[in-house]
Amino acid sequence: MSKAILYLEDGVHFFGEALSFVGESAGEVVFNTSLSGYQEILTDPSYAGQIVVMTYPLIGNYGVNDEDSESSKVHVKGFIVKEFCRHHSNFRATKSLIEYLNEQNILAVEGIDTRALTRHLRVKGAMRGLISTKDFDLNSLAQKIKKVPSMEGADWVKEVTTKEKYIWKNSEDKESKQKYIVAAIDCGIKFNILRILTNKDCEVHVFPSNATVEEINKINPDGIFISNGPGDPAAVGHVKETIRAFLGKKPVFGICLGHQITGLALGGKTFKLKFGHHGANHPVKDLLDNRIGITSQNHGFCVDIDSLNKDDVELIDINLNDQTLEGMRHKKFPVLSFQHHPEAAPGPHDAQYLFDYFIEMMKEYKK
Amino acid sequence: MPKRTDIKKILLLGSGPIVIGQACEFDYSGTQACKSLREEGYEIVLVNSNPATIMTDPEFADHTYVEPLTPEFVEYIIKKEKPDAILPTLGGQTALNIAMKLCENGVLEKNKVKMLGADYEVIKKAEDRECFKKAVQKIGLDVPRSAFAYNIVEARKAAEQIGFPVIVRASYTLGGTGGGFAYNMEDLEKVAALGIESSMIGEILIEESIIGWKEYELEVMRDHKDNVVIVCSIENLDPMGVHTGDSITVAPAQTLTDREYQNMRDAALAIIREIGVETGGSNVQFAINPLDGRMVVIEMNPRVSRSSALASKATGFPIAKFAAKLAVGYSLDEIQNDITKETPASFEPTIDYCVIKIPRFTFEKFPEAKDILGVQMKSVGETMAIGRTFKEALQKGLRGLEIGHVGLDNKLDYSAISEEKVQHRLEEPNASRIFYIKYALQKGWGVEKVAQVSRIDIWFIAHIKQILDLENTIKESFEKEKNISTSLLRKAKEYGFSDVQLAKLMKSSELEIRKVRKERGVIATFKLVDTCAAEFEAYTPYFYSTYETEDEAVIQIAKTATENGKKKKCIMILGGGPNRIGQGIEFDYCCCHAAFALNELGYDAIMVNSNPETVSTDYDISDRLYFEPLTFEDVMNIIDIEKPDGVIVQFGGQTPLNLAHKLNQAGVPIIGTSVESIDLAENREKFSELINSLGLKQPANGSAYSTAEAVTIAERIGYPVLARPSYVLGGRAMKIVYNQKALLSFIEEAAEVSEGQPILIDKFLNDAIELDVDAIADGKETFVAGVMEHIENAGIHSGDSACSLPPHSISDHLIKQVKDHTCKIAQALKVIGLLNIQYAIKDDEIYVLEVNPRASRTAPYVSKATGNPLAKIAAQVMTGRKLAEYNLSNDHIEKIKHFAVKECVLPFSKFSGVDVVLGPEMKSTGEVMGIADDFGEAFAKSQIAAGASLPKKGKVLISVRDEDKSAVVRIAKKLDAMKFSIVATLGTASLLKKEKIEVEQIQLTPDGKTDLNQILEMIKNDQIDLLINTPSGERSQSHMALMRASANLHNVPIITTLQGADAAVKGIEFMQNKEFKVKSLQEYFQMKNKVKSQDQKVCS
Repeated sequence: MSKAILYLEDGVHFFGEALSFVGESAGEVVFNTSLSGYQEILTDPSYAGQIVVMTYPLIGNYGVNDEDSESSKVHVKGFIVKEFCRHHSNFRATKSLIEYLNEQNILAVEGIDTRALTRHLRVKGAMRGLISTKDFDLNSLAQKIKKVPSMEGADWVKEVTTKEKYIWKNSEDKESKQKYIVAAIDCGIKFNILRILTNKDCEVHVFPSNATVEEINKINPDGIFISNGPGDPAAVGHVKETIRAFLGKKPVFGICLGHQITGLALGGKTFKLKFGHHGANHPVKDLLDNRIGITSQNHGFCVDIDSLNKDDVELIDINLNDQTLEGMRHKKFPVLSFQHHPEAAPGPHDAQYLFDYFIEMMKEYKK
Repeated sequence: MPKRTDIKKILLLGSGPIVIGQACEFDYSGTQACKSLREEGYEIVLVNSNPATIMTDPEFADHTYVEPLTPEFVEYIIKKEKPDAILPTLGGQTALNIAMKLCENGVLEKNKVKMLGADYEVIKKAEDRECFKKAVQKIGLDVPRSAFAYNIVEARKAAEQIGFPVIVRASYTLGGTGGGFAYNMEDLEKVAALGIESSMIGEILIEESIIGWKEYELEVMRDHKDNVVIVCSIENLDPMGVHTGDSITVAPAQTLTDREYQNMRDAALAIIREIGVETGGSNVQFAINPLDGRMVVIEMNPRVSRSSALASKATGFPIAKFAAKLAVGYSLDEIQNDITKETPASFEPTIDYCVIKIPRFTFEKFPEAKDILGVQMKSVGETMAIGRTFKEALQKGLRGLEIGHVGLDNKLDYSAISEEKVQHRLEEPNASRIFYIKYALQKGWGVEKVAQVSRIDIWFIAHIKQILDLENTIKESFEKEKNISTSLLRKAKEYGFSDVQLAKLMKSSELEIRKVRKERGVIATFKLVDTCAAEFEAYTPYFYSTYETEDEAVIQIAKTATENGKKKKCIMILGGGPNRIGQGIEFDYCCCHAAFALNELGYDAIMVNSNPETVSTDYDISDRLYFEPLTFEDVMNIIDIEKPDGVIVQFGGQTPLNLAHKLNQAGVPIIGTSVESIDLAENREKFSELINSLGLKQPANGSAYSTAEAVTIAERIGYPVLARPSYVLGGRAMKIVYNQKALLSFIEEAAEVSEGQPILIDKFLNDAIELDVDAIADGKETFVAGVMEHIENAGIHSGDSACSLPPHSISDHLIKQVKDHTCKIAQALKVIGLLNIQYAIKDDEIYVLEVNPRASRTAPYVSKATGNPLAKIAAQVMTGRKLAEYNLSNDHIEKIKHFAVKECVLPFSKFSGVDVVLGPEMKSTGEVMGIADDFGEAFAKSQIAAGASLPKKGKVLISVRDEDKSAVVRIAKKLDAMKFSIVATLGTASLLKKEKIEVEQIQLTPDGKTDLNQILEMIKNDQIDLLINTPSGERSQSHMALMRASANLHNVPIITTLQGADAAVKGIEFMQNKEFKVKSLQEYFQMKNKVKSQDQKVCS
């Protein structure tokens, strides 16, 4: 174990101990309040460019397994916990979390008062931070952190999107009837979205985020899906343009970053939340039937409700904690998007039914 | 939808006396419900027979009935009060069962009373195992293989099909009564027979054994719009096979991946929807096969439960309060989360700490019962501990248990324990298994082996190994350097090691470690319990300690002080810790009242307690709540940051009193009666001098520091003697000793109970009447709040004795003398606050037995019986107010027009093979009160409420010792006149025959002794309706023990004293000739919320 420092851009810092991977790593520091699901969180491409702090203090309890990753690698810039578990226990585990983080060369730090850190981020807002195991000079760290790019205006999508188009295959051998062809624009897509859509009889073609409208139209999709992903939605203008091209022409369904970009495509604006929503306990009210679902969330930006033209856009989901927008649809076109994660992973399955809306839209469209 | 306006008056049922499996968690839930519904403007009618509860305080409901919790009495109350609705889901199984009965017999429909929370069909579906199983399978979930049986033949057939081992569960019981394991046919027949008998409907379930599987529980809330949230997940350390109430449990679940947890969550949601619990809290239990992850549903409770209380305290989410609001029509999004104030209740709490619950057992009180754990619950209390890690929480919890452990310590020397013993103690679940895990590891067992043998998940074992490894590191480091580094010291504290533990490892003292620790800056920090892992600002001051960098309590105290211009004066109340026999809800009642009373005077009240079942650990009772073990170290850590203006140690029972000395020495400002006075009352020699100097009498006595001394004293004062260790509560290890041999064996036992303290030996006053007196003194004046006459003889622990307030057979002249004595003693001891004195009256002479300058177990009962809030007045007096400022008069006892009879409830049915005879060591778990204008009526009510209703007719079995033979004639004559038939043993029978009383005599065996088998047969065949048996000396105690045990098992009321028999006769007289009346406390004491209606006669 080597000593490590987490230095925040406002000068506040915490000391802890790093696992075997050492060095320096910087990113936006955010906290996640999920009690379980660290494997999903680590591999969620939406965390690219971020250092994640887990508020639950005991992490690694059930190890890591072969089925629960949300992408093929760990995306976080750093991982901060109170205590890593030294002896995991779960019948599906194939290795320990510590082994996994070491394999993936992730700067992972334990022994930090994560509650104090979380409280600080809550009050001051998410901010840049730098983990170092070799430089403990506060002046030097202060200089280094100035050079870390801000999350606002940053295009992280290009770092995580697929290089090549591919068709998703579920590992379970269940035969997909492939009733619908979906073009998924990969801004950092989570595997569980692909699993669910495929289970719902979709043949999902995953496109790089910069795929052109022509390339997408080549497969003659029944619906366009815009995925979740990292960074500032305003920085990925090309995806906004792609969506615009399909508005009114094909059913469009967006999740998280995909929802934000859809908001921009519909003429709205996005803004950065103070410390974002990262957890699995957010109450969302479905304004269509007034039911409340507990949802999984992971976003630092948000569509500004006031910026939307209410003649075109209907608000359909609202966050009950802070009244921010959680879902919207177009009044004339088959366009639907959600800020939260109906695919969960990790988190409750309360909102999984929303995928059916997308299927419905495509069914309608095919008629 | 906002609240319902079609209902105005709601009947709330409590859960009655504290019994194993149903404790003060329902006082907590009921109190929350009362507050929350009155807040909404509903008129509340409350029924609970337990006077020790907070909820039965007249200010918590509009109409408070301390009446028996039976369908009949609740019906009387319904007829009188005409409520619009009944809320049965917050009073445990007792309330639920009564509501079911009232529904079945049409009372609810006839009186147009709606059922809130869950209706009949829902409860039936959840509680009836067959219905439940069908419902669960219908929605595609898995359950263990099982079959029902209603007789032994069916049971055998079912077990053959399922395969051994099997679990037998009886339907409609609480705390797993009447359940058990069967490994073969022979076992099965025994367990099945017991189960069929204890089930309300004679039904048992025989089930595939899933012993050793991982056990989980989810707490679920649902509103009428079908919004459902999970409040908390709980994982049991003890795998399947140990009742959840007896298991060490951890929140949140630790070893489930998100995928598995979400599957479980989906299942819980599907179940609550399928069963149809309309609104409120429920819990669902699951088991998971650790090898392949197969998940089966075990059971659900369609009501607030013990786990709900735990989940509330573990997360800060007030389940009962919200359940009450949901029941009257609110939806989750319409209720605000108290803690964050800005987010709604429709969210799922997330926590950033680890919570552990450890049950507290009381096997030492029942030496005949083994400390083996199974599906029937045996624990009497629990403690909860919060830490940032499992290791910290575990060690805090173990020291918070107050059973002499200072953490995961080395009470036994592992090297002296055999491999076989370790193996056995790990295999068979028992009360000290957690320590044997450590002993096994110390003996060099690998974590895998320990996990395999105990079937406890390796995750837990590995954490215990980490604690052990650190302990060894500390030891080695200390041996090498005669010191340990600051970083190691800090790590030890992060791992939850107490200062005492460290002192033992480093051959130092607790105070020295504390000093060094503070010098090096290794000090406890306090974190907030906020339901949201710090995501939102929290406004609720609910703290736990840990060793981190930021202290939120300090921040909050400073912030409030700045806002108010200065720090408000604050007083700290030390609570009672985990419930145990002799110390439970009564003391929590006092602590809560102290908090209310201090608030009234403008102080901030600071509560410290470690018992999750209590009302005192509800975050809105005090201004700041610290959920911490009640040890010197943990309390001092709080005192260091709070710097209270006063600390109250006399309300929490023996727990805080045991700390008083050390706190006093550390300069803590203890308010009320001084520590010196408390000591004086405990120190026999000094106390005797005091009593003599006041011209009062005491039974001859002495204190012995050695065996020889004890023998000499006993010979001087003459046998029988009452022997006991000093500084104990609940008469722990107290015994009536008849001869020297018994005395010697007592001394051996007592050595374990009070180390280094003398043994107290008193002359035992045969056949004296015992009185209990509760009083409040302000240093000058004394107010005698209650004089209670025991219905049992002196020598039976006051906590186990039925008693009457006011006394029913003592002359006013003697009462006046008793009051004078009390005032004298209070003055001499300079008592400020509460005082309890026990007196014995023999031949019109008053003897002082015991003085306790602290809150007594009877304080809440006296408050309910007299209408004077004892604890509240006492707390205010302790801050310097004078009794003269209250409108109190010392002749109020003579003016009381009613009788309030307290009766105790015993746990004997939970410990098979244990004799039901009472003695000087307290054995009861709870109490009830019967209140009426007539003594007979009050006594009869108390018996009904305690579950042993007196018979109106039938057969009485009388067998009394020789000394009582002449007196029993009087009782037999009355019973005869009341048309009871009488059966008696030889001696008694011949005497009764002489008096021309018709009596059937028990046969004799060929060798001329009473045929015990005939008696047992009669009891078993329900031929006996009342048993009067006064045991003599030691020999006869064991002789008749079997008879009493059998009577207890078959629910035959047992009377073991002549006074008790007299009272029973009066009760039966009443029942034969008059009708029961129900009357609320508000009517008895003409309180503000007085009701207009007159006493209403109801049928019995």
